[in-house]
Amino acid sequence: MKKTVIAATGGIVIAALALSGCSAGSSNDDGKPTGTITVLTNRTDLVDTTFKDYAAQFEKKYPGTDVKFEALTDYEGDAKIRLSSKDYGDALLIPSSTVTKDKYSSYFEPLGKTSDLEKTYRFAGDGSYNGEVYGISTFGSAMGIVINKTVWKDAGITTPPATQDEYLADLKAIKDKTDAIPYYTNYKDGWPLAGLENALGTTQGADARMKLAADKSPWKAGSDQYNIDDMLFTTVSEGLSEPDPTTTNWEESKDLLAQGKIGTMALGSWAVSQMQDAATKAGKSADEIGFWPMPWQTDGKFTSVTTTDKLLAVNKNSKNKATAKAWVNWFINDSGYAKSQGAISPVKSDPAPSTLKDFQDIGVEYVELNPDPKGKESLLTDIANTSEVDIFGNTYRQKLIDVARGAAAGTEGSYFATLNKQWAAAKTQVDQ
Amino acid sequence: MTRLEPGAVAPGQATSLPGATKPLIPGKKRAFGGSRVTPWLFLAVPLAFLIVLTYVPVVNMLWYSVTDWDGLSPDKDFVGFDNFVRIFTTPAIFQVFFVSLYYLVGAIAQLVLALYLATLLSFKTRFSNLFKGIIFFPYLINGVAIGLVFLYFFRPGGTLDALLAVVGVQDTPQWLGDPGVVNVSLAASSVWRYMGLNFVLFLGAIQSVPAEQYEAADLDGATSFDKFRYIIVPSIRRILGLSFILAIAGALSAFEMPYVMTGGANGSETFVIQTVNTAFKFSKVGLASAMAVVLLVIVLVITGIQRWLFPDEKKEVAS
Repeated sequence: MKKTVIAATGGIVIAALALSGCSAGSSNDDGKPTGTITVLTNRTDLVDTTFKDYAAQFEKKYPGTDVKFEALTDYEGDAKIRLSSKDYGDALLIPSSTVTKDKYSSYFEPLGKTSDLEKTYRFAGDGSYNGEVYGISTFGSAMGIVINKTVWKDAGITTPPATQDEYLADLKAIKDKTDAIPYYTNYKDGWPLAGLENALGTTQGADARMKLAADKSPWKAGSDQYNIDDMLFTTVSEGLSEPDPTTTNWEESKDLLAQGKIGTMALGSWAVSQMQDAATKAGKSADEIGFWPMPWQTDGKFTSVTTTDKLLAVNKNSKNKATAKAWVNWFINDSGYAKSQGAISPVKSDPAPSTLKDFQDIGVEYVELNPDPKGKESLLTDIANTSEVDIFGNTYRQKLIDVARGAAAGTEGSYFATLNKQWAAAKTQVDQ
Repeated sequence: MTRLEPGAVAPGQATSLPGATKPLIPGKKRAFGGSRVTPWLFLAVPLAFLIVLTYVPVVNMLWYSVTDWDGLSPDKDFVGFDNFVRIFTTPAIFQVFFVSLYYLVGAIAQLVLALYLATLLSFKTRFSNLFKGIIFFPYLINGVAIGLVFLYFFRPGGTLDALLAVVGVQDTPQWLGDPGVVNVSLAASSVWRYMGLNFVLFLGAIQSVPAEQYEAADLDGATSFDKFRYIIVPSIRRILGLSFILAIAGALSAFEMPYVMTGGANGSETFVIQTVNTAFKFSKVGLASAMAVVLLVIVLVITGIQRWLFPDEKKEVAS
């Protein structure tokens, strides 16, 4: 008796599992776009407004389709977990902080040959593996510093600093002559700290990623990695950043910068339009907001690294690939999403955004990083993960700020030495 | 908590109501295929949930802990006890348990405070229902919301500073920015949040003490403290023991408040935050699972000690 009961219970459990995992239906791989698709997005702020309009326009162009969105707050984390099931929407953004290129083909549908698509699209190399494109850039950004022009003017500065020393002297002038906080780290939210890594390549050029992966001690003078972190460290240790970094708030920081209570933040050009919005909301002119290149020149010229934001891809297991592909095409080419963000359009023929007008006036040269060579696509991520120095994350930079403001033991030299040691050890382990 | 409750009470109830399981009409006894199957049918759904949502993940975790899985890759290589060796040979991993001491002190303060308030409110007090509501309320709020509220509370020039300025205290530390203060602030927020639960547990236990005992004590001239010492404490001894163990386990696995408020930055990293970071930031799910197994074992050992110090007194319950 007992055995049958246990077997029956087991049967019910299995039935419950089977039912939840089951969804019938035939697939539409290359046919006419029709039916429902689910799109995963990170834009929780736009999903009920702008994206609703996009869906309506798309459904008008392709009658019979229905686009549903799922907005994920912790996009990278949630999407990564869902990738291990088959249920991750029909079209989605690649959670690139965890999915390295060599794994693209296990999760995403190829969208075309790299050699073809790179003629039309920017950043085609970022979404490619083995000559096939799996993800297309939604928009690109140039790296630089977002400034409040009035604050900098009040401190007597009207031209972008050309060296790090000049930049720090400028921040000091802001501290002395105005009431503004010269630089805001956004320590608490963390991701703006992670974004600093996008300056990689400013002086080392298009191969900076592989140079970093080949370097046993990247935290020493001469490398971009050192420049980025040394600049942050000195800014904080000289007292040029916010007094209590642990209670910062990104949404609030936009208003503070727009109102002239913060002088500077290092961010991608995508932030400019958001800051301009904040300025308009505060009753000021959008011209308050300026965007300057990072203060490291090469041969007397400013450079700015352009990087892609998230890449849009199609789920390999989707039952409705045709519609999902149509959505990707429409979103990239026709939605005007990149323009609405004041960002660099992924389509090469589109004009440069107005947010980069300052860059045009200054004469900034753009650098797009080269894709990692074949067989080394996951190298840099592997070293970063193994060393637990999250160069694409925020943990070690928060620690760096703690050391700089005297809240954790150590000096710049000792902290950089620790980072170098961890990096070198991980490099040896990964290279094996 | 759930794993401690069922065994203790169920047998007593079953024997005290023997008539309840007898069929009303003797002839129809076999209508459902035997009375032995019936309880299993009722148990099927909760058991299914328990197996699918608790035991299967735990077994999976045990398996991951002996692999080098990165959380995504289809293949998991068996690495034996490498992960455990790494945990026990890397001092940095265990250093974060030091942070748990703050939460432990906070948890003990929380128990004392909850017991004090529960005792007060179990006697006749004006507005006692209002106070009960106020004390329990924080437990009902979502932890993320509480984290955000306290973030504003603790920021420089925030609510706390403003309150202190009213009473004349100007020179306040950075509640979250100062590495010497941050864990105290976080532990205090946790106390605020979870005290309501302890309070309700204690209050329920105290109210189950028959009123005659207090009356008898009154006749004997006992003071309030005597009643607390000789009636209340002995009556709620077991719930006290249980709460204490839960407090220790909670302090070791503190996660939600520090994760929402500081993300583990500025020296506020707890063991669970470190585990989550290892798994999801550095894609070392194998190592993180091993860390989770270590925590599980520690908590099991502590629970074992609790069962040894406060054994189930089944006779008392049944009588």
